Amino acid sequence: MKNPSVDTHLLPADSGSIGTEPLLAVDNLHVEFTTRQGVARAVNGVSYALNAGETLAVLGESGSGKSVTAQAIMGILDMPPARIPKGEIRFRGTDLLQLSEAQRSQIRGQQIAMIFQDALSALNPVFTVGWQIAEMFRVHKGMSKKAAYAKAVELMDRVRIPAAKQRVNDYPHQFSGGMRQRIMIAMSIALDPDVLIADEPTTALDVTVQAQIMELLAELQRESNMGMILITHDLGVVADVADKIAVMYGGRIVENAPVHDIYRNAAHPYTKGLLESIPRVDMKGQELYAIKGLPPNLLDMPTGCAFHPRCPFRQDDCVTDVPALHEISGTRSSACHYWREVLDGTAG
Amino acid sequence: MAPQGDPILEVRDLVKHFPLTQGIVMKRQIGAIKAVDGVSFDLRRGETLGVVGESGCGKSTLAKLLMALEKPTSGSVKVNGELVDVHKGSNLKRFRRNIQMVMQDPYTSLNPRMTVGDIIGEPYEIHTDVAPKGDRRKKVQDLLEVVGLNPDHINRYPHQFSGGQRQRIGIARGLALQPEIIICDEPVSALDVSIQAQVINLLERLQTEFGLAYIFIAHDLSVVRHISDRVAVMYLGKIVEIGKDTEIYDKPSHPYTQALLSAVPVPDPEGRESRERIILQGDPPSPANPPSGCRFRTRCWKAQEICAVEEPLLQIRPGTDHESACHFAEVHDVVHAS
Ligand SMILES: Nc1ncnc2c1ncn2[C@@H]1O[C@H](COP(=O)(O)OP(=O)(O)OP(=O)(O)O)[C@@H](O)[C@H]1O
Ligand SMILES: Nc1ncnc2c1ncn2[C@@H]1O[C@H](COP(=O)(O)OP(=O)(O)OP(=O)(O)O)[C@@H](O)[C@H]1O
Ligand code: SF4
Ligand code: SF4
Ligand SMILES: [Mg+2]
Ligand SMILES: [Mg+2]
Repeated sequence: MKNPSVDTHLLPADSGSIGTEPLLAVDNLHVEFTTRQGVARAVNGVSYALNAGETLAVLGESGSGKSVTAQAIMGILDMPPARIPKGEIRFRGTDLLQLSEAQRSQIRGQQIAMIFQDALSALNPVFTVGWQIAEMFRVHKGMSKKAAYAKAVELMDRVRIPAAKQRVNDYPHQFSGGMRQRIMIAMSIALDPDVLIADEPTTALDVTVQAQIMELLAELQRESNMGMILITHDLGVVADVADKIAVMYGGRIVENAPVHDIYRNAAHPYTKGLLESIPRVDMKGQELYAIKGLPPNLLDMPTGCAFHPRCPFRQDDCVTDVPALHEISGTRSSACHYWREVLDGTAG
Repeated sequence: MAPQGDPILEVRDLVKHFPLTQGIVMKRQIGAIKAVDGVSFDLRRGETLGVVGESGCGKSTLAKLLMALEKPTSGSVKVNGELVDVHKGSNLKRFRRNIQMVMQDPYTSLNPRMTVGDIIGEPYEIHTDVAPKGDRRKKVQDLLEVVGLNPDHINRYPHQFSGGQRQRIGIARGLALQPEIIICDEPVSALDVSIQAQVINLLERLQTEFGLAYIFIAHDLSVVRHISDRVAVMYLGKIVEIGKDTEIYDKPSHPYTQALLSAVPVPDPEGRESRERIILQGDPPSPANPPSGCRFRTRCWKAQEICAVEEPLLQIRPGTDHESACHFAEVHDVVHAS
C-alpha cells in the first residue's frame, strides 16, 4: 500500500474507498513533543477511520490529543518540536507520512481541509475576505483574478452570507463571529475536499449561531459527500450530527462506537462518566455525577490504564497493565480491561 | 434550600449606556451602546436566578452594575432594602461585603504573582474588621477546605493548579467576606465537562450550607436549568422572559426563548431526525441602534406591524404563570435541553 512516489492527483477522486480501505485511516499514530521538562507523549497509538459521507466525532478531555491528531493528518505540526515516531495516516490507501512536503501540500486544502476553532485569528486581518477566498483559487487552480473573485462571491453565497457581492471587499473585523466562521468554512470547502476536519467549529459561538453553522455543514456534506471529522467536547452536538464517535483520553482512543450505541450504553468508564455528568431534568435538586480527580499529566502519565486514578471500577491489574483496544463488535471497541462488566453494569 | 423571605436584591429599571464617541482629540458623542436597557427583578435569600442570552446581550454588564463596578446610567439597586449609592464610600464598602463575584476565566482572573493565601485573603485587607491579621491564615485555610482544596497548599501559586481548582480558588475568595449574594459570570464555561460537574456541585453545597443567593450567568442552558430556581432570558439589553425554571423551559412563550431552547443540541441521538428546530436567521442587531418597538422583530417569524411600533411590556401572559415581553406570546412546547 505504501508508495511514496504516488502522484496524489491521480488518486481516484470519486470512489469513497479502495476495496475495503476507508477514505481516511489513522493507524496506531504516535506524536510526541520535546519540551524542556521532558518528552510529552501527546498521542499514544490513536486509530480511527472515516468513510465518504460519514461524520466521525472525536470527543475527549482538554489536552487529550484531539487537535494534535488532526494537525498530524493535515501535516501542519511543527517538527521539531513534534515527532511522529510511529503510525500511519492513510488517505485512499496511501500513507501520507511517506510523502514529500510538496506532495502533502497538494493534498492539503484540495483533498483534506480543516476549519480551526478561532476564526478571527485564522483569517488575515489586513486582507479582504474576498481576496483571501479568491487566493485559494489563484494558487491552487491558477485562475485569473477576475474568475477567482467571481468564485469567491459564489462561495460566500453558498455559506449564506447575505449580500455576498457587496461584502466581498469587507475585512474580517467587519463581520460577526458567526459570519467569520462561515468565511472560514467557505475557504475550507473552496476546493471541494474529500475530507473536512472541523476542530471545535462552534465552541466560541452562541447556541443560536452554532445551530446555523452545524446546519450549514450538514448541508454542504450532503451536497458533496465529504467525510467529516468533527472535534468537539459538546455531547449535545455529537448526538445531533455524528455517525460514529471516537473518545480520547490521555492521548489514546478509549472507545470507538456508532453514535446510538455509545449514548445507549458506554463501554468505557470515562465515556460513562462523561455521559452521566450531563445535567438532566430528572437530576434537578440532586448532586450531579462528577468524575473525580484531575486529567492526567502528559509528562508523568499514570502507569497501566491512564484513567485508573479516576476510575470507579479500577482493579489491581489496571494499575500495572495497559489495556488493549478490545474489539467488542465489528464497529465497536473499548480500551478497558473490564469493558464487559462496564457494558452489562456489573463492574465495580 | 428553598428561597425564602423578602428579596435581598431589588433591581429596578437598571440602564447602562456606554457613550459611542468619534474623534480622538475632540471627542464627540455620536450615540450610545445600550448594553443594559431597563432591567428589573428581585432575588430572594437562598435563591438562584439564571441569566441566559446571546453574546453581547448585556449579561456581564448587568453583573458589573450589580457589583457597582460600573455606574448605572439610571435605575436603582437595593440590597436588603437599602439603596446602593455608588457615590457614597461607606455605603459602597458595606455593600461590597455582601455581594461578591466569581469570574468566567480561571486562567486570567487570578494574579499569577500572588500566593493562593494572599489571593483568598485579599478582601480582608480592605475589610479589616472581618478578620484581624492574626486570624487570617486560619480563615483562609478554612475556606480552602470548604471549597475542597488542600489547606496545606496555601502558599502555592495559581499556575500550580488546574482550571477547576483555580475556579475553586475564585469561589473561596468570593466567600471570604461571608456575602449573602454571589454573582457567577460563566463560572464553568472554561472548564472540561468532567470538571464542570464538580464545581456546580460545590456551588449548590455552599448555597445549602450558607443560604447564599446566586445570579448565575451561563450559556449552557442545561447547566442553568439544573442550578436555577428562576431564569431570566435577555435579548439586546432587556429581559424578554422571566419565571420559574419549569415555566421557562416547559412553557416558553416568547419566540426568542423558544428559538434559544430549540437550538440547544440534545445529548441523545434517539429521534434526532424528527426534532423540531427553530433556526434564527441573521445576527442580533447592534445595541447602538436597536430596532423600534420589539427589539426581536428583525429576527422574529411572528412579527406583525404592531411589533415595529409598540414595545411589548414584560408582563404575565395568558396561559402561563410568568412574564413575557411579546405581543403575541403563546406557549409553544419546543424540544429543549434535557
Ligand atoms: N507544540 C507543543 N509542544 C508541547 N506540547 C504540546 C504542543 N502542542 C500540543 N501539546 C500538548 O499536547 C497535548 C494534546 O494537545 P491537543 O491540542 O491535541 O489537545 P486537545 O485534545 O485538542 O485539547 P482541547 O480540547 O483543549 O483543544 C496537550 O497536553 C498539549 O499541551
Ligand atoms: N466598557 C464598554 N464600553 C463600550 N461598550 C461596552 C463596554 N462593555 C460592554 N460593552 C458593550 O455592551 C454590550 C453588552 O456587553 P456584555 O459584555 O454585557 O455582553 P454579554 O451578554 O456578557 O456577552 P458575552 O456572552 O459575550 O459575555 C456589547 O455590545 C458590548 O460590546
Ligand atoms: S482498565 Fe481499569 S482503570 Fe482503566 S477504565 Fe477499565 S476498569 Fe477503569
Ligand atoms: S412582540 Fe412581535 S416581534 Fe416581538 S417577539 Fe412578539 S411577535 Fe415577535
Ligand atoms: Mg484542541
Ligand atoms: Mg459576558
